Amino acid sequence: MAEKLKLEMVTPYKQVLSEEVDELTLPGLIGELGILPGHTPLLTTLRVGEMSYKKGGQQYHVAVNWGYVEIDEDAITVLVDTAEKSDEIDLARAKAALGRAEEALKTMSQEDKSYAVMEAALQRAMIRIQVAGKAR
Amino acid sequence: MANLKIIKKRIASVKSTQQITKAMKMVAAAKLRRAQDAAVAARPYAQKLQKVVAHLAQREGSEEHPFLCSRGKERALVLLLTADRGLCGGFNANPSKEAERFIRKNEEGYANIDLMIIGRKGRDFLKNRVGDKITKVYEDITGVVNFKTAQLIAEEIVSMYEEDTYDAVYLIYNAFQSAVVQHVTVEQLLPVQADEVDKKAADSVDYIYEPNRGEVLEQILPKMVEVQLFRSLLESYASEQGARMSAMDSASRNASEMIGKLTLQYNRARQAAITKELMEIISGAESVK
Repeated sequence: MAEKLKLEMVTPYKQVLSEEVDELTLPGLIGELGILPGHTPLLTTLRVGEMSYKKGGQQYHVAVNWGYVEIDEDAITVLVDTAEKSDEIDLARAKAALGRAEEALKTMSQEDKSYAVMEAALQRAMIRIQVAGKAR
Repeated sequence: MANLKIIKKRIASVKSTQQITKAMKMVAAAKLRRAQDAAVAARPYAQKLQKVVAHLAQREGSEEHPFLCSRGKERALVLLLTADRGLCGGFNANPSKEAERFIRKNEEGYANIDLMIIGRKGRDFLKNRVGDKITKVYEDITGVVNFKTAQLIAEEIVSMYEEDTYDAVYLIYNAFQSAVVQHVTVEQLLPVQADEVDKKAADSVDYIYEPNRGEVLEQILPKMVEVQLFRSLLESYASEQGARMSAMDSASRNASEMIGKLTLQYNRARQAAITKELMEIISGAESVK
């Protein structure tokens, strides 16, 4: 494939990625999105999940938090709250966070105010562990 | 002789003050570099977000979302960003004065203006001037700017806006221009200003929205407030360090000048004392002859 996607990924703290990639998979709000060069302009929000992209036959994985993506003529801009590449993730910390969230959820009822917060934390930790497992 | 001692003491005191100001300058310079990096790193995110919001806002038709349309002019909230610490020139006084001016100017336009302050110094400054308007003060958050803090404050502001507590939210802070130049800036935080739209860019692309445009807007607009606040916090922090650095620099220079003057005075006094002593000895010797 001659054409490439120009992927830019930014968090409030820094620019995480700025690369040419072959294809991209994103955790869209209503389902996984696969993007290849020549995609129609699209704007969507993302949920907590795993983003992966292929570059030169290599597969890369990134854990992302809330964000959204703008696809415009093969230029892709991903804006997320946090992004961690698979080799950057501290597995021990993620596991600890998972344990904490599980503990907290056990004692809480569904109506609790912080239930949703803890559930989101649980999800984040799970994604992190999942992505870390794919590190090369 | 008493005079000499006094001058010597003063020189020592000015010297120790200078040591402090020099150290503070150095610390501010180091912090400035870090703050500046952070402010620059945050820029792409803010810019990209602004672009997307501009796109959205233009298509949306400004009546559709409460964050975009201007409401009546009943109650406004002014959010003032200052520092917790002083010794940084006009950094705290300038935006505080601007806030006071803003309130006085708009007192007729708005039925009620409330003031929310970040930073101890802003509160100290305005306590006796417009103390009755201050509704909330945040302290000790400017030292460690992180996105979470900005998010929490933004959430609070957004919910107040949504509950119709306020019709407009303004932000007053020191925008960072360079290490020595800071500008007091008044920005409208809510309703979101979409007039900085790049019109050409907005017309060129027709997006598919997923799940739909309203939903996307619903999620992105509050984010916009967070990011704008985060960016201003970073800029304000960088400005603070810059202002402190230049204030301490001129303080150190003034101290050097003072030490020079005092040393001159000291030497003169010493010389006078020696001359006087010599005269006494000579005249004493004369009289013995």
